[in-house]
Amino acid sequence: MGKRRDRADGPPFSGEAPRETRDRSSGQGAPPPAAGLPGPAGSPSRGSAKTIGDVPMGAGDDTANAGIVATRYATVAEPPNELRLESGERLGPMTIAYETYGTLSERRDNAILVLHALSGDAHVAGRHAPDDKRPGWWDMMIGPGKALDTDRYFVIGTNVIGGCSGSTGPSSTDPKTGRPYGTGFPIITVADMVEAQALLLDRLGIERLLAVVGGSMGGMQALQWAVAKPGRVHQVIALATAARQPTQAIAFNEVGRQAIMADPDWNNGDYYGRGVPAKGLAVARMIGHITYLSDEAMHEKFGRRLQDIHDYSFTFSADFQVESYLRYQGLSFTERFDANTYLYITRALDYFDLTRDRRSLVDVFRDVTSRFLVMAFSSDWLHPPYQLKEIVGALRATHKHVSYYEVQSGFGHDAFLLEREKMEGVIGAFLASGARTYHFAVAGPRGTAPAASRED
Amino acid sequence: MARIDYQLIEALVPEGATVLDLGCGEGDLLAELIEKKHVQGSGVEISQSAVEACVARGLSVFHGDLDEGLADYDDGSFDIVILSFSLQQLYRPRLVVREMARVGRLAIVSFPNFAHWWNRTQLAALGRMPLSSEIPYEWYDTPNIHLCTVRDFRRLCQHEGLQIQSELYLRSFERRTVGSVLPNLFARIAIFAVMRGASAT
Repeated sequence: MGKRRDRADGPPFSGEAPRETRDRSSGQGAPPPAAGLPGPAGSPSRGSAKTIGDVPMGAGDDTANAGIVATRYATVAEPPNELRLESGERLGPMTIAYETYGTLSERRDNAILVLHALSGDAHVAGRHAPDDKRPGWWDMMIGPGKALDTDRYFVIGTNVIGGCSGSTGPSSTDPKTGRPYGTGFPIITVADMVEAQALLLDRLGIERLLAVVGGSMGGMQALQWAVAKPGRVHQVIALATAARQPTQAIAFNEVGRQAIMADPDWNNGDYYGRGVPAKGLAVARMIGHITYLSDEAMHEKFGRRLQDIHDYSFTFSADFQVESYLRYQGLSFTERFDANTYLYITRALDYFDLTRDRRSLVDVFRDVTSRFLVMAFSSDWLHPPYQLKEIVGALRATHKHVSYYEVQSGFGHDAFLLEREKMEGVIGAFLASGARTYHFAVAGPRGTAPAASRED
Repeated sequence: MARIDYQLIEALVPEGATVLDLGCGEGDLLAELIEKKHVQGSGVEISQSAVEACVARGLSVFHGDLDEGLADYDDGSFDIVILSFSLQQLYRPRLVVREMARVGRLAIVSFPNFAHWWNRTQLAALGRMPLSSEIPYEWYDTPNIHLCTVRDFRRLCQHEGLQIQSELYLRSFERRTVGSVLPNLFARIAIFAVMRGASAT
C-alpha cells in the first residue's frame, strides 16, 4: 500500500521525484523480456548481496542496506502449460518481475518470499543505482543485520500478476492480439498470484520457503501460501491483513473503481497509447490513502493547517494541507501506476476469502504446517486487530504454532511500512527461531536438502 | 532454573498435554514444560518485550491482556491452563479463574499467600504493609492489586463451583513443601489445581 514516500510524516509536498519510468509499464505495452533471468537454479544465488562489496557505497547509512539491485524477469506458464486461474480462464505466458537479496544457501533452505500490498512491486529493498533516491518499499526491514538479514537469508521480492511493475498485467501485450490486454485481461485472484509465485520459485529451483512475509494484500498472499502450499512454507508472517476482505474495504475499493471507470479517459480500459484516466486513478488513490492513515495520524500531521496561505481562499482550491497532500499523493500515483491494474488488484482483494468454500476458518487451517506470526497495528482501521485475532484464534483451535503481536502505533494501516523499531525485534526473532527448527526439519525424515535437480 | 513451584506445577501436567500459560512472561515455565513434558504449549503475555523474548525462544505466544478474558478460546480447548503468580496482578481475577476452568480441563493457579504469619506480623505488630521475597513491592509501587490468602482462594472456588483437585504449599520458590498443617499460616506460596465441578454454572 502506501510506500515510503507516502508516509504521513513527510512534508505534504516533499518534492520527491516521481518514480522512475522503469515501473511505468502503463502505456508502454509489454514489460521487458525475461532476458535477465539468471541461469536456472544453478546460480540464483548470484544475487545482489555479492555486489555489495563491489559497488561504491553512497551515503553512510547505505552500508547496512541491501546494496544496488536490479529487477529481473522470468517467463512462466508458457503454452500449452498456461496457468489455470481460479476463474477457470487460462493465462500464459506470464512474465514475473522479481528481485533477490542475499545468497541462496547450498541447501536452499534460507529463502524468504516478501509479498507486496496493493501498490507495491518487486523492488523490496536496496537501490537500483548508487544515486537512486528511493530504496525498495521495505528496505527498512531487509539488509545485512536487519530483521530479514541478508547475511543469513535469501530474500525474494516479486510483483504480482495483474500488476504494472514488470509482471504480466492488463497493460502488458496480449500475445494473441499484439495489443495491450486492457479489460481483456482475465480476472485474477490472490490465489492466482500465489500460483504464479510458485511457478517462479520452481524456476528458481526453490522447493521450500523458510518464510513468506507480507502486509495487507501481501499478508493475504502469505496466508494463501500456507493454505494452498502447506508443504512449501515453513513460516508465515502476516501483517495488517485478514482472512477475508472486510466489507468496509470492499466498499472503499468500489468507490475507487467507480472513480476510475467514471473518468472518460478510461474508455472501457482501452486507453493505452492515448490519455490515461489519471483523474479517476488519482481520486481512487486519494480514497485509498485515507484508509491507510488514521484519524490520529492526520490530525497530528496536518491538523487544520492551511497550505501556503494565511487565510481561507474562499475558493475550491487546496486550502488545507491535508487536501494538498492527498492531491499530491493522487497525482504522483498516476505517474507510476496503471488504472486497469488498480481495478484488477482491488478486485482480487475483494474476492479474497479463505472461507469461500464455506468451510470454517478452523477447517481451512487444519492442514497447514507452517508456524505463524500474526501482527496487528492498534490504529489500523482497514484491518483492525480483531481481524488478525480471528486468524490467530482459528489457528489456535487446532493448536498450530502461532504467535500474535500487537504494535501500538498511530500510523494506521501504513504502520507496517513505517514502524521499523516496533516490528524488527519480533520479526527477526521469529525468523531466527524458525530457522533453527527448519534445519531439523530439512535434515530430518527427508534426510537431505531439497534436491538440486529441480531445474529443468 | 530450579524453581520448586515450577517443578510442582510440572508434576501436575501430563506428558504431551496441551497447555496454555497465562501471563507467561518470557516463557521460562513453558519452555520447561515443553522440554520435560513435551507439551503443546502456548502463552499469553501483555509485555511487548516479554512477547519478543518468547518468540525468540521459539514459543507460541499471544500478545494480549488477561483481564479481557479468554473469550476467543473455546471450552475445554486445553488440557491445562496455568496462571503462575499473576493472579494478584489482575483487575478481574474472578473472571480469569472462571475462564481458566472453562477453557482448560484443569486450571493451575499459584499465588503468594497474604496470610503467611510474617505478613500478618508485619501488619499486626509492626503496623505496616507486608514485604517479603514473594511480595517484594512497596505499597506505593506494586503491581499487586488483588492479593489473597489460601482461605480466600478456597472461598472463590466455592463461589465459582470449582472442584479443588490439589493444593500445594511452599515456603519459598526454592524450598520444599510445607506440610498441610495450617497452610494459611505457614505457606508463603500456594498452588491450586481446580476444575469445573459437576454443578458448575
